[in-house]
Amino acid sequence: MGNFDIKVKRFIDVFINAGAYNKVLLGLKNTLIIAVLGLVIGILIGTLIATVRVLPKYRRLPRILNGFCSFYVSLFRGTPVVVQLLVFYYVLLPLMNIKMTSVAVSVCVFGLNSAAYVSEIMRSGIQSVDPGQMEGGRAVGMSYGTTMMKIIIPQAIKNILPTLGNEFISLIKETSVVSFVGATDLYVAFNYIGSNSYEFMVPYLVMAIIYILMVLIISFFIKIMERSLKKSDRSH
Amino acid sequence: MIEVIDLCKSFGDLSVLKGINLKIEQGEKVVIIGPSGSGKSTLLRCLNCMEDPTSGKVLYHGVDLTDMKVNINRQREKIGMVFQHFNLFNNKTVIENIMLSPVLCEKRRMRQLRRQNMFGKATTKEPVKTSKQIKEEARKNALELLNRIGLADKADVYPSQLSGGQKQRVAIVRALAMNPDVILFDEPTSALDPEMVGEVLEVMKELAKEGMTMVVVTHEMGFAREVGDRVLFMDDGKILEENTPEELFTNPQNPRLKDFLSKVL
Repeated sequence: MGNFDIKVKRFIDVFINAGAYNKVLLGLKNTLIIAVLGLVIGILIGTLIATVRVLPKYRRLPRILNGFCSFYVSLFRGTPVVVQLLVFYYVLLPLMNIKMTSVAVSVCVFGLNSAAYVSEIMRSGIQSVDPGQMEGGRAVGMSYGTTMMKIIIPQAIKNILPTLGNEFISLIKETSVVSFVGATDLYVAFNYIGSNSYEFMVPYLVMAIIYILMVLIISFFIKIMERSLKKSDRSH
Repeated sequence: MIEVIDLCKSFGDLSVLKGINLKIEQGEKVVIIGPSGSGKSTLLRCLNCMEDPTSGKVLYHGVDLTDMKVNINRQREKIGMVFQHFNLFNNKTVIENIMLSPVLCEKRRMRQLRRQNMFGKATTKEPVKTSKQIKEEARKNALELLNRIGLADKADVYPSQLSGGQKQRVAIVRALAMNPDVILFDEPTSALDPEMVGEVLEVMKELAKEGMTMVVVTHEMGFAREVGDRVLFMDDGKILEENTPEELFTNPQNPRLKDFLSKVL
């Protein structure tokens, strides 16, 4: 390890003096954009899917929608996100003749992918609320929808929010594959530094540290959130 | 008031109720007893369509509750229900639990009133209340009810901080806040510590004295004897015997009932 300080020096040289930090900042920005927007899209679509999946299925329409949604979920959970990215970028978009930047494609794919996971998080969050709560609401004359909005969902959110935080963490980590479709993320930025300084040890180490820092910061906020959610009830 | 005609209920292949006929009059206290699995809870839950009957009719003031066109929520406002496991709303304080549905009902009524006034179809000169007034009224009413059961000091506490007996008393009051015509009790004391059974039965006895129509599924034979106007004995999805409590307990006819009573009394 005697030449470790030389490696650090070379890394700093490229990172600051050759201006590679711009590329790292761009990569960090893209990583966060893809993860945040992906989660937002995921929550929007995931809420719709979860709604369909918990609806009572006496009528035909909810049953058809439910079938469609469970197909969607198994499709996106059953294939690796890299494959989804590649299929989107190299198969679907050219077929439909649409031009999109690779970051935009990544946002879409991660959004659709996390929608599948988020919908399952929400469904199990809603279904883990005691069925007696629904009965209690219906027995005093409230409709299914009112009981859902006023009683079930506020309780389900306590189960859902911390798990959504974990979904965000795993999204941040998974974005490291967007270089497959040519988007600049942290990996691309540090790979660039490595190939310019002919030295990969320090850049990849720094990259790992940045990922860990991001995740640690987010888990810190999740912990705070969990604690404040627990305050309002003691034993449930 | 409630009339049950040829009610059958099955869960999949399991037939739980096999043709029940029953009539409950205004002010009557009907107690349903029977071994577990006899279908007494299911019968009670069919009375307000918590369980949809497989066949048969449940008439409430002449309205068939099993009819899909009937708005079941409007009917349930007048049929209170108290559960074995209380089912208080965990995310609401005690007083919010009691106020929630009355406030929603009153708000809906005011919306209708406003609509009628707008189109000049008003039948009464009733003033339209603001939502603040509605809430204040409901709060006052809820506090009065809580006072009655001696829990006014628990108004702003969450259900998780109450004992079982307190929870059940609040649940009874929650049902009362809707001014129901009838209250259905589904084993209200079965999940309670023996110590707390008394306080809940006390509230129920008081209700009975005030003339509330009650249908009670219970294992408390003492309560059945003291409060009931009529006791039904159920087994295997059928009503095997129905009589006044004195007759039914002292002079049972059905051999299954004799056997049951010899075990529980």
